[in-house]
Amino acid sequence: MSTESLHNHDSLNAHDAHGHHDAGAIKVFGFWIYLMSDCILFATLFATYAVLVNSTAGGPAGKDIFELPFVLVETFCLLFSSITYGMAILAMHKGETSKVTAWLGLTFLFGLAFICMELYEFHHLIGEGFGPDRSGFLSGFFALVATHGLHVTSGLIWILVMMAQVSRRGLTATNQTRLMCLSLFWHFLDVVWICVFTVVYLMGAM
Amino acid sequence: MSQTTTGHGGASHGSLKSYLTGFVLSIVLTLIPFIMVMNGSATKSTLIAVLVVCAVVQILVHLVYFLHLDSSSEQRWNLVAFAFAVLIIAILVVGSLWIMWYLNYNLMSH
Repeated sequence: MSTESLHNHDSLNAHDAHGHHDAGAIKVFGFWIYLMSDCILFATLFATYAVLVNSTAGGPAGKDIFELPFVLVETFCLLFSSITYGMAILAMHKGETSKVTAWLGLTFLFGLAFICMELYEFHHLIGEGFGPDRSGFLSGFFALVATHGLHVTSGLIWILVMMAQVSRRGLTATNQTRLMCLSLFWHFLDVVWICVFTVVYLMGAM
Repeated sequence: MSQTTTGHGGASHGSLKSYLTGFVLSIVLTLIPFIMVMNGSATKSTLIAVLVVCAVVQILVHLVYFLHLDSSSEQRWNLVAFAFAVLIIAILVVGSLWIMWYLNYNLMSH
């Protein structure tokens, strides 16, 4: 931490600045590698779901329980949160601290709306007796969709942390690197959601 | 530290235009499959083809316009890591389905 602040104050030292640039780049690349491993985690859950999709054990199949208009709204919540995060990154590159916080706040609200809708759907399904213990299909469904939901929840917490960091310390180099990592994470979750709504909801409702 | 520092490498920057292009394309590529499935007029095989194509194109749109993945030298290793992940995912998903389908087939038919 002390070296970080040294770098931040010593902007005249070109060599250090370059060193910091590299460190930031390496951190973002490392985060990218983590995301690729997360991709593989999701791939295993998708494979499990695809294997179990017809094992309904006399319970409901996808087309009995999926509400497509509801899922479409969820999808748009995530999509809007992606574009607002993009706006936050653009504001970050212009150095506009207050705009970054505002866009992050908007991203948080869209993400929160998504999570609330997902929790409502889960609550509704479990209330009707279609919980993860009902059939192999529902186990696969809950494991896959809830893992994505947990990722989005941790993304939401991270957004709050970054809002606090940015308003307290400003757009320091460290915070910029963190915002870039969070950007990758948030857009990655939207990519996973494309696979979820296509494979689970749309193919299930066909 | 100057705010205009470019190249927090490993992820290059987008512009307003690229984000909006990606956003509009994503909306279109989301609405097409949803409307087609909700209408229910197309045949099952057509639907699956449309769903898969829309999903793959939308993933590419997100990678290019939101995650800014490209083939520049700064991004080379991101791309290599991504390609490797795609390979592993393909082996995992196709392999699981293949094995389990044959297992079902062999157990059910006798």
